[in-house]
Amino acid sequence: MNIKLKIWRQKNAKAKGKFVNYSLDNVSPEMSFLEMLDALNNKLIIEGDEPVAFEHDCREGICGCCSLYINGTPHGPGEKTTTCELHMRSFKDGQTIVVEPWRSKAFPVMKDLIVDRNAFDKIIAAGGFISIDAGSSQDSNAVLVRKEKADEAFISASCIGCGACVAACKNASAMLFVSAKVSQFALLPQGKVEAVERVQAMVAKMDELGFGNCTNTYACEAVCPKGISVTNIARMNREFLYAKIS
Amino acid sequence: MIKLDSKIPEGPLAEKWTNYRASQKLVNPANKKKQDIILVGTGLAGSAAASSLGELGYNVKVFCFQDTPRRAHSVAAQGGINAAKNYKNDGDSVYRLFYDMIKGGDYRSREANVYRAAEVSNATIDQLTAQGVPFAREYGGTLDNRSFGGVQVSRTFYAKGQTGQQCLLGAYSGLLRQIGKGTVTMYSRREMLELVVIDGKARGIITRNLVTGELEKHSGHAVILATGGYGTIYYLSTLAVNSNGSAAWAAYKKGAFFGNPSFVQIHPSSIPVLNEYQSKLTLMSESLRNDGRVWVPKKKGDKRPANDIPEEERDYYLERRYPAYGNLVPRDVGSRAAKERCDAGYGVGDTGLSVNLDFKDAIAKQGKKAIEDKYGNLFEMYEKITGINPYEEPMRIYPSGHYTMGGLWVDYELMTTIPGLFAIGESNFSDHGANRLGASSLMQCAGDGYFVIPNTIGNFMSGEIRTSKISTDAPEFEKAEKDVTEKIKKLFAVNGKQTVTSFHKRLGKIMWDNSGMSRNEEGLKKALKLIDELKEEFWKDVKVPGTNDEINQELEKAGRVADYFGLAKLIVTDGLNRGESCGAHFREESQTETGEAKRDDANYSYVSVWEYKGDEQEPKLRKEDLNYEFVEVKERDYK
Repeated sequence: MNIKLKIWRQKNAKAKGKFVNYSLDNVSPEMSFLEMLDALNNKLIIEGDEPVAFEHDCREGICGCCSLYINGTPHGPGEKTTTCELHMRSFKDGQTIVVEPWRSKAFPVMKDLIVDRNAFDKIIAAGGFISIDAGSSQDSNAVLVRKEKADEAFISASCIGCGACVAACKNASAMLFVSAKVSQFALLPQGKVEAVERVQAMVAKMDELGFGNCTNTYACEAVCPKGISVTNIARMNREFLYAKIS
Repeated sequence: MIKLDSKIPEGPLAEKWTNYRASQKLVNPANKKKQDIILVGTGLAGSAAASSLGELGYNVKVFCFQDTPRRAHSVAAQGGINAAKNYKNDGDSVYRLFYDMIKGGDYRSREANVYRAAEVSNATIDQLTAQGVPFAREYGGTLDNRSFGGVQVSRTFYAKGQTGQQCLLGAYSGLLRQIGKGTVTMYSRREMLELVVIDGKARGIITRNLVTGELEKHSGHAVILATGGYGTIYYLSTLAVNSNGSAAWAAYKKGAFFGNPSFVQIHPSSIPVLNEYQSKLTLMSESLRNDGRVWVPKKKGDKRPANDIPEEERDYYLERRYPAYGNLVPRDVGSRAAKERCDAGYGVGDTGLSVNLDFKDAIAKQGKKAIEDKYGNLFEMYEKITGINPYEEPMRIYPSGHYTMGGLWVDYELMTTIPGLFAIGESNFSDHGANRLGASSLMQCAGDGYFVIPNTIGNFMSGEIRTSKISTDAPEFEKAEKDVTEKIKKLFAVNGKQTVTSFHKRLGKIMWDNSGMSRNEEGLKKALKLIDELKEEFWKDVKVPGTNDEINQELEKAGRVADYFGLAKLIVTDGLNRGESCGAHFREESQTETGEAKRDDANYSYVSVWEYKGDEQEPKLRKEDLNYEFVEVKERDYK
């Protein structure tokens, strides 16, 4: 296959970026999308150019490092797929692929396709935890948890923190990310003790960091590689309201 | 000369840890506040240790090369985490978990450490559950368990096929809580490039800020490495592509001894190589072998599609060779058997380097729904990567590098041979002998981080209460920084024609061919020569583009590959020394008539401990003899 690429290049956070066109031959449909970028970088290095910087690590869809807007969609075509799980068989010979970093004020570009997602850590540090020091926990089976609640909490907890939800949202809202964590703990008895403080602290931090509000477009759910549902947002709103009146 | 003292406490096995804690020295809370601890790596071991030490009141500085601690590769562990809870009433106990690990490790691990790992496993599960880790539950609300490779009880706690992710995120949330409280300071996008040793004690590290390229000096009263394993030395492995051995290598060069470097686990089931640009291999969990049957065609070079090959022309070689365990033989045995068939010309797929893992019979017997319930996410993952639907066609699998049992040598306190330098989790050598059992890696990482290091570090720190803040103006810091600067300059100065990755691939191939699943003297000796030649070529012709003062991923890779040449030689040297077969280390010269591994307890019942003597010098071998006081050493037999 031959692939035409239009990739966002930006030297650093302060520099002005631009799209640069590349053409790549001998792309195999078996290659992953990131392996295709590896091949491009290989070519660029040998020709004396600078390779394209992009973030990646586990390359199996679980670490949340990889990002990229591919032809206008976070993580590209394919449902519930991260960029690293995307394969070139999803594209056609001769096709042009536009590759951009996450587009969001809250995630500034650091270089080429790498953005700064540190804001997510700040929100978790504000309250996305259960306060339990090592050594002070009781036997695991002392508190029973309904299987359906545990399973639901697991789905919320499977968020990989990639930021696609924010990138897809026209308001750059982090509601899906925050609500998934709030929900996980709201569904479990272990998380109940601090529920009121948690939701307030996390929402306050989210607002402080400049993330937008939710206007129910469901764009976040559509692009979430882990299939996290907007019902989490509804649950967070309930938790938030409850916290306000309690 | 450094003395090799494993510091195993006196007393019966079951009382050692209790006795140790009763007699260790403590640091009072007011003094802890004045003590700095540097911790490198934020996987399950590192995150758990960081939060626990922060809770105790130490000033902790944590470093990771990713953008956030939540990305560390513990996140990718699939199957589960073991604990000796005996919730199933099936005869489990701390002793049984300990015994399974000792036997699974082929009698090449230290009894006292393994027993403690089993002992703290229950508290670990309690801690993770209390943190909100959503482990699978029964309808009655209690935690569920499943079975895992090579044991007869159900002791594995799990969260679907994402147990590592859930455990890591639990530990991460605890770490972030401490960051919010200010007891822990987080330095992300930093790579440790050098260890600083002052007056014989580990006192700091040099890091490169991966955004600005700036070299930074960080000091502490102690340094903990939680930097994982070195499986990416094979280039293709199940590890994250940025995982590396550089921190451990830096420590080794500064005087920390290395234990059993050649003990590397090759996992039998990962998705095989599909193209020449393949950058990693994705694991297909061991649990699949509960229902999948492994086979190759009986006819050499049979290229028919799997479904066209009739039953009588299939060779279910694991069931044939190991009737007692069948498809559920331990990892090392399964990997070697697959390699044997492929080498003999019976492999399937375009490359001939894979075998079938077939669910046809299980689907016929249990129905598609039952299989989907158990393995749905893995089947999905397989289809995304290969484009093949495993409900209709067999999966194709092949072994790949997965886990390193070897690592920095540590004593009972998890301290290396450099006072004040500790190694926890996969980065140390201590708990898995020559082969690790499934679901015991998360167990060890979390146990080390939550319950072992917070207790054992006090013994060292109590001797440091009169030591004031370590100054980064010390000449040792200057020297270490200068060494790193020079190495970086040297990498750019080569300005050759070949990419870093091309060298890494070639190194990986040398290691895979000669120091992988099967090893022999001739191949290992050849590998030493090939590594030297490749290293020479690297320093003459590698191309590192860009500059130091920016994000430069090629520079990061170059430094890691440069370190791997040395570590590769150490692995091979250790493999050459160990003339026996044991666990994952299979020496062709030491096998039974039927091709099984033959251990040699008379000559090799020891941990090989290597001391760095210089880049051009042979490392010095020391031996920690393994005296089994509490278990009877037996042969492993799976027929």
